[in-house]
Amino acid sequence: MNQSYATPSAGRYTGWLFVAPFLACYAVMLVWPLARGMWLSLNAVDLLSNIGSFVGLRNFVDLVQDEIAVRVFFNTLLFAAICTPMMIVVGLALALVLNRRGRTSAVLRGIFFGASVLSVTVVTLIWRLVLMPDSGLLANTLKGVGVSGVALLNSEWLALPTVAIVTLWWGVGFPMMLFLAALQQIPADVYEAAALDNTSRWRSFRHITLPAIRHIVVLVAITQVIGQLQVFGQVQLLTQGGPNHSTRSLVMFVFEAMFDQWAIGYAAAAAQVLFALLLGCVFLQQWIERRQDRSTA
Amino acid sequence: MMGIEWSGVSKRFGGVTVIPDLSLRIAPGEFVALLGPSGCGKSTLLRMLAGLETVSAGRISIGERDITALPPGQRGIAMVFQQYALYPHMSVRANMAFGLQNIALPAEEIERRVNAAAQMLELQTLLERRPAQLSGGQRQRVAIGRAVVKEPAAFLFDEPLSNLDAALRSRTRVELARLHKRLRATMLFVTHDQVEAMTLADRMVVMNQGRIEQVGPPMEVYNRPATRFVAGFVGSPAMNFIPVRRLPDAAAFAAVALPGEACVTTRVAAASLDAEGLFLGVRPESLTPNDAGPLAGSVEMIERLGDRSYLHVQLQDGLMVVADATRRAEPALGDTIHLDIDAARVHLFDSAGRAHHPS
Repeated sequence: MNQSYATPSAGRYTGWLFVAPFLACYAVMLVWPLARGMWLSLNAVDLLSNIGSFVGLRNFVDLVQDEIAVRVFFNTLLFAAICTPMMIVVGLALALVLNRRGRTSAVLRGIFFGASVLSVTVVTLIWRLVLMPDSGLLANTLKGVGVSGVALLNSEWLALPTVAIVTLWWGVGFPMMLFLAALQQIPADVYEAAALDNTSRWRSFRHITLPAIRHIVVLVAITQVIGQLQVFGQVQLLTQGGPNHSTRSLVMFVFEAMFDQWAIGYAAAAAQVLFALLLGCVFLQQWIERRQDRSTA
Repeated sequence: MMGIEWSGVSKRFGGVTVIPDLSLRIAPGEFVALLGPSGCGKSTLLRMLAGLETVSAGRISIGERDITALPPGQRGIAMVFQQYALYPHMSVRANMAFGLQNIALPAEEIERRVNAAAQMLELQTLLERRPAQLSGGQRQRVAIGRAVVKEPAAFLFDEPLSNLDAALRSRTRVELARLHKRLRATMLFVTHDQVEAMTLADRMVVMNQGRIEQVGPPMEVYNRPATRFVAGFVGSPAMNFIPVRRLPDAAAFAAVALPGEACVTTRVAAASLDAEGLFLGVRPESLTPNDAGPLAGSVEMIERLGDRSYLHVQLQDGLMVVADATRRAEPALGDTIHLDIDAARVHLFDSAGRAHHPS
């Protein structure tokens, strides 16, 4: 036999060679900054002299004692808690309605997905025109029905939910597309069998559709939580964190601590909190996926 | 047990008519196979009965009840799908119970029916498994069980054996025959496999291009096909069609000239037969190697099936025919051989495709 085979050790090195470019980028662009950020969070750093002194967990203790930091932390969690269910429910509802053949559905799918490709500046510009207190589209419409003085972004209670609605309008296209892809994987004959089994629409949705797309529901939920925990652009451009810190997010807090107050160690500590939250979400997703796989195996 | 009737039913998809004005009646307790090539409309006919396709015109009734406009779940029928269509996240037990829960049957009754069906189909040990944990044959049994527990007026099978391997298909055929014997329910079975149709059905409905070509018991369809299409479709290998010319004589039975001018006197009544445009229909088992036979050709292929062998022979005018060489000395490839025709068992087909059988 002339056929030759790579030895196991040669194969191993060849494999490393193939992944080396990615690993190098990953190490330089992600692992190193992450490690550097963790180290910075344990230091008090003077940006001008670039001299740091090790302070241990002092920055984290300061964070816990900082009222604004605590408020920002809860704002961010609340924002993700409002946005994520809305993204799932509205995204799934749109997908269910538009999961059919025909030109109208295709056009509507394009329109709903269209908003996702807009940049955050365009989105907030559109919504500022809608939400302007006296002359915006919403104010004018409400004036028409006798309601005046509505300024959603000026209300401490309503500003965050309003930013969440703007985010929903902007981002619901992508979850909708994921749900559509999942719905189209469900064989039509399962629904036909259900129709012959006298299944109502609700039971069909509850017992056939939902279990079939549960992986995508989890995926959308986790990616949305991860995305919404990092909310920044729309808050910065719509409310600048106000009124009275009611919409200030964790990323915005990190940004301001870093570039307004030059508190590098403090900003890095806040960033580590965000990183821990995101990491927790990734583990949560993997845990749920493993549980689902076990229950279907 | 109820009969099924299609009266003047037609089906159009947009501007395309796939079933033009079809009428058919199935007796209570009968096992009927709808047989035909892909696209002949047999599945559409079944799906209209199930309520999964609308009816463009006509009426469908089960027993005395007009079900044409009823939703699928209210027609009192159960269907077994080609791809099983089991609910993937439900256990076998839940799959069978789901339809009964939908009509709010008492839990004890559901339990009784599921257990009885599981026992009948030997599914007792699989009840807590999910479809992904079952083999193809087991899934098919679950699909049948899901139909059985509904105690329907009629069972519909849409090519249920197509996804099974040959051995399992054969075993499942026997199980279906036993099921029908046990339940004595009206069953309608769609297939493009004539073996399934012939072995299972009390009657076969052979369809072509949305029309019924012939309805009858399997052996009648095989022995006395109504048209050239049926003759060619039912039987494996297919019937040979040899162009012939009727000889002008006054005998009661038609004598025909084969290619090469050899003659065969058939047992087909000569009256009303045209002189031209005729085809002699010869089943392979009626065409056998014989040195004194009227047809000559060279052996192109030998098909050995174990219990029998078929010779694919190219006649001198280029026509390919299949002959049965079972229990005869096997020629070599390329040999020139002669073939004898069993004149008592040949059919004649006129230019319109109508069959004329031996009397």
